[in-house]
Amino acid sequence: MMNKYTLYGITLAVGIFGPLMFPAYITQFTVLWLMVVFSLTWDIMGGQMGYNSLGNILFFGIGMYVCAIVQVGLYYNVGEYTAYSGAVKVNFTPDQYFTGLALGTVAAAIVSSLIAVIFGWIVFGLRGPYFAIGTLGVAIAAGELIGAWDYVGGGGGMSLPLFPGDSDGTAFNYVAMFTLAIATFLFLKWLYASRFSLAINAIRDDEEKAEGMGIQTKRYKTVAWSISAFFLGISGAIFGNMTGFIEPLEVAFPTVTFGIFMVLMALLGGKGTLWGPIIGAVLFHVIKEFTWTVLLGWQWIALGALIVVNVVFFQQGLVGWMQERWPEKFGIEVDTQLGVNENPSETVT
Amino acid sequence: MLSNIDLLMDSPFTNAQLLLDGLLIGALFALSAYGLALVWGVMNVKNLAQGDFVIMGGYIAVVFAQNGIHPIIALPIAAIVMFGFGWLLYITIIKRVIERDLFTSLLATFGIAIVLAQGMNLIFGPDVRVAESGFETLVLFDGNVTVSEAKLAAFLLAALLATGLITFMKKSRMGQAIRATAQDARAAKVMGIDTEKVYAFTFSLNAAICGAAGVLIAMVWVIQPFFGITHSIRSFVIVTAAGFGNLPGVIMAGLGLGAMEQFSGFVLGAEFQQATVVGVLIGVLIWRQVQQSKHRQVVE
Repeated sequence: MMNKYTLYGITLAVGIFGPLMFPAYITQFTVLWLMVVFSLTWDIMGGQMGYNSLGNILFFGIGMYVCAIVQVGLYYNVGEYTAYSGAVKVNFTPDQYFTGLALGTVAAAIVSSLIAVIFGWIVFGLRGPYFAIGTLGVAIAAGELIGAWDYVGGGGGMSLPLFPGDSDGTAFNYVAMFTLAIATFLFLKWLYASRFSLAINAIRDDEEKAEGMGIQTKRYKTVAWSISAFFLGISGAIFGNMTGFIEPLEVAFPTVTFGIFMVLMALLGGKGTLWGPIIGAVLFHVIKEFTWTVLLGWQWIALGALIVVNVVFFQQGLVGWMQERWPEKFGIEVDTQLGVNENPSETVT
Repeated sequence: MLSNIDLLMDSPFTNAQLLLDGLLIGALFALSAYGLALVWGVMNVKNLAQGDFVIMGGYIAVVFAQNGIHPIIALPIAAIVMFGFGWLLYITIIKRVIERDLFTSLLATFGIAIVLAQGMNLIFGPDVRVAESGFETLVLFDGNVTVSEAKLAAFLLAALLATGLITFMKKSRMGQAIRATAQDARAAKVMGIDTEKVYAFTFSLNAAICGAAGVLIAMVWVIQPFFGITHSIRSFVIVTAAGFGNLPGVIMAGLGLGAMEQFSGFVLGAEFQQATVVGVLIGVLIWRQVQQSKHRQVVE
């Protein structure tokens, strides 16, 4: 079986040489890494903690808007900028652009995490279906509320500063997104090997018991969600700059596209595993890009049907299925899956 | 926005108008919420496709109306068609998710909701549709308050349906079996109730109720393929606020939500309608949490 170094090698090779060899598809590669970030961050909650959020896209959109507001707001009046889109002559020097971008990204990450903490207070007393429906509702409402907020351009959206210089910034955005995906992965790999993952897995398995054993469940849940939000906020900031124009319903809070994709990708690859979401994301993105245009309107139906089939018949996902099929190839991993870890001293990937 | 509130303060008739409209439409929300409470309470399936069943029923009425048949005639037909559809869905998908953990049913019905919404979008297009019923508009209080007869008729039909349902649940053999299964599925099985059949029937009944509600909604309001999710959230709001097995509560919550939507639509503007529903949802969820934390302290 492939050991993890092979997987690392493949991932890095795709990430570095993919766009070099196929420069025409560089945007596709960027979106691929975005998908990886989506499904990895969804899996913190959905897979590892057993809290299926249908509204994680909220943080993507918030990150996008926060970054945009900071980028523009540092040098111009955002209200005027959006009101007379195109009429106000804006010209960002490279210095201004990168300062704005850096500060915006940081702000996006922080604000997203903070909002996760605030909403965590509201939704984490909710269990089960109330949680899922509550998060879905919040994400839908966020899109509508931003759409009614004239300061950021309302439903008309706002355009972001142009990338300075001759290049259009695709390469820069690609590197940013790839780095983010790697950072997310490494952070989660570290996180899943720590006590933190034991706690959130305990919450998934039996929340009452976990609480009874003295785990501060609410604190863990809130932290887990704000970790999700942190990375999603950054991804939103990068994606907003990549598209160059943001608007609440289709770009920032696309509940029915990206918001569902992240659930589906994690399920497809196998939720609750580290590699599952990545494999699911890559698989989904590749299949989607090849079939989307051929399906002529049926793609959305196929998407829904895929969720149903996946959930009903193939819930363990690809990696979960491989673990069941060839447990010996995964070595220690199968033990953690069953909950009887015979050799806990060995680290788990 | 503030000027709208002033307007409300000055004009009692506007208040009466909004309240009346809200209550009449709220009765229809209560109907589909009752279906959700049934499915949730009996088989523990949280059906996120609830609203899409409603919209499907609505499109049946629209098709009837387009062919010159009065949409009220579509009511029983939509109920029967949706009953069959519900049964089909049950034996193909829902049957397999009942025994599974909580999120399986939620995600599976979410997938179904996407398929249904997109399917209707393909067939009927994304336009907003209405089933023309040809009803007149009643004028009350010297023209200060108007009631469309369609709304009144829909309200009465909804009340009739609800009464029929309650009688069915109380008196009929099947209704008794459903209630027994809701109380304790295992005991019901031991007593010789075919719980599998009860589940199938309950789910189909829910689809039929939604279909009927959809016909009425298409008559008095508008439908569109993607309005389903709002209706689903409405049903969840109502059931969460009222709790299942609490029919008077479901009716009150339904009427209340209807009225609240009308008022907020007037004060804030129609584009906030969905946000209002969600806002009410979050309000209800927070309120529930406060209640539960009180309950916890009592337990301690």
